[in-house]
Amino acid sequence: MPNALKKFLKRGGKHQQRLAIGLMLGALLLLPFATDALLGRGWVRIVDFAMLYIMLALGLNIVVGYAGLLDLGYIAFFAVGAYCYALTGSPHLALAFPMAFPDGLHLSFWIVLPLAALVAGGFGVLLGAPTLRLRGDYLAIVTLGFGEIIRIFLNNLNAPVNLTNGPQGISRIDPVSVASVLLNSTQNIFGISLPSVHLYFYLFLAFTALVVFISQRLEKSRIGRAWMAIREDEIAASSMGINTRNLKLLAFAMGAMFGGASGALFAGFQGFVSPESFSLMESIMVLCMVVLGGMGNIAGVILGGVLLALLPEILRHIVVPLQQALFGKTLVDPESLRMLLFGTALIVMMLYRPAGLLPSRVRRRELDTDEAAEKV
Amino acid sequence: MTLRQAQGRQEVFNDSPSPLLQLTFIGKQFGGLSALSDVSLHIRRGEIYGLIGPNGAGKTTLFNVITGLYQPSAGEFQFNATRYQTAKPHVLARAGIARTFQNIRLFANLTALENVMIGCHVRTNAGVFGALLRNLNTRVEERAITERARELLRYVGIEKPAQTLAKHLSYGEQRRLEIARALATDPLLLALDEPAAGMNATETESLKVLLQAIRSSGITVLLIEHDVKLIMGLCDRVAVLDYGRKIAEGVPDEVRNDSAVIAAYLGQETPSSSPHNKVRQSVSSQGLDGIDTGGGRGVPGGSAATLTHGGGND
Repeated sequence: MPNALKKFLKRGGKHQQRLAIGLMLGALLLLPFATDALLGRGWVRIVDFAMLYIMLALGLNIVVGYAGLLDLGYIAFFAVGAYCYALTGSPHLALAFPMAFPDGLHLSFWIVLPLAALVAGGFGVLLGAPTLRLRGDYLAIVTLGFGEIIRIFLNNLNAPVNLTNGPQGISRIDPVSVASVLLNSTQNIFGISLPSVHLYFYLFLAFTALVVFISQRLEKSRIGRAWMAIREDEIAASSMGINTRNLKLLAFAMGAMFGGASGALFAGFQGFVSPESFSLMESIMVLCMVVLGGMGNIAGVILGGVLLALLPEILRHIVVPLQQALFGKTLVDPESLRMLLFGTALIVMMLYRPAGLLPSRVRRRELDTDEAAEKV
Repeated sequence: MTLRQAQGRQEVFNDSPSPLLQLTFIGKQFGGLSALSDVSLHIRRGEIYGLIGPNGAGKTTLFNVITGLYQPSAGEFQFNATRYQTAKPHVLARAGIARTFQNIRLFANLTALENVMIGCHVRTNAGVFGALLRNLNTRVEERAITERARELLRYVGIEKPAQTLAKHLSYGEQRRLEIARALATDPLLLALDEPAAGMNATETESLKVLLQAIRSSGITVLLIEHDVKLIMGLCDRVAVLDYGRKIAEGVPDEVRNDSAVIAAYLGQETPSSSPHNKVRQSVSSQGLDGIDTGGGRGVPGGSAATLTHGGGND
């Protein structure tokens, strides 16, 4: 089926390609309405979270997929971005510094967003610098530790100065506003009533598109090629004149910036952040999205993000009613079932599709050339 | 255009009498093991310089020192009139030293073309903003990189599989691709670590033609090789390493008949009534031509008969 689609697109040339992209965009724009009508408002919110996960996975894809640096603490950058906006866009700072900010600091989201990205990027370099000589398992362990350090700091920085409010987290974060339209309440735009979750969906869609665009541009550039060279063989890469230190730091920083920006979006969307959103499990989930979908391939990573973000919700909505209907009570808790299915899926993937559901373009090309060779 | 053209090289080589690469008392220790000691040599601009020696003589270590993978424990070297003692590989690549590896190190999951394009990295400039904006400069540079890469693939004779993954190329093609990738860095000195290893006679012959073409385009070549015929037929000068020391240097004819070299490869002459003695003498009288230097290290006082056993590779 994808092959037929590809052929259709190839034959049709530019026009049909544009048509396909237009149709896809149309479908995406209608998605929140369709979801709302068919499944209910709660599902639109779930889709919003899926978009956030996609952004995170695309950011991690730069580090893991392009530069080949296994990062198990990626969620820390998400946390840094989220707390950046939580601190600067909520009344919370009044607790820590009542003299300086009697009312808290309420910076505009659009000022904090680039700031959050930069701060997270800085943390990316901070993590990258001591790990430059590490690869594979060792790098994974250090990054894992880094992720935990950030979470534990957030958990404990409520004393002596209450900076993060500890495990209670920071609430009453200002919602995002676009051109003075607040996204936290239903708005009427051009006579269409748009609930908050729909508005956030469009905001996230725009950001996801931007992240996809940046990833694509980076992939097919001198920088992207240098990253892939480092991934393939670091010694050969440095012998070819690639400054591996700078490029690895750049990869960490770029990935972290995406993480930080999505974190700020998350804080604005949710209105509340607490350290428990940034556990090791989240890092692993994002990494699994990248690996499951297809490392280094943007479409694959998006697919992985959608699947893994939606799977637990689907289970929750299907398994419990199903068990109720069959046995009259819930025998298996959906959370345990999720882990079971998830583990099984990973094992099956590693056995049968180790390159991911949608393998990167390299693998695809490999298959294409094999086909071509068969024809000859 | 930042891609330097090879044609401009010839002038540099005629005008500068100073050697391109000058090693002075280079030493390299690995713990208690002295892999290189007091190695001094110089490579003139435009020549093909051969480096031979028994297995474990320190040839590849010397290569790794001059390409920045190892830092020398003693001594220093000058390249193109600049001193280097502790320099990173990418700095030396920028300075103009490119290399291939004894055990091929291509970017296996990238195409042949991409491998060569990565070689152009050091002579191009586009950064993150160039990549994101894809402005005129970046587009022009990208086109130049692609063209140059295709040209180099054609030059080394593997233009057809440009879109094939490096790992799917044949062995000979991979060796050539490594050379193309090294040439893409626009080197002054091309250092080849056993480029003919595992090649048959025909492939070796065409490699020889390629190396001569590279030299005549103005690039100096440093060659580690076990194929004595190739070394002797190709090199202007040859140095011989043994146990980390330079034991001989000169034009191929001198080196071939140097007694220290013969001893290193075949073992020391010892007066004895060993039945193998005659064999050794007959080999010695032919000089090194009769043997493949890929084989064993001569054992002092040992028998020349070991030669027949020692034909393996590293």
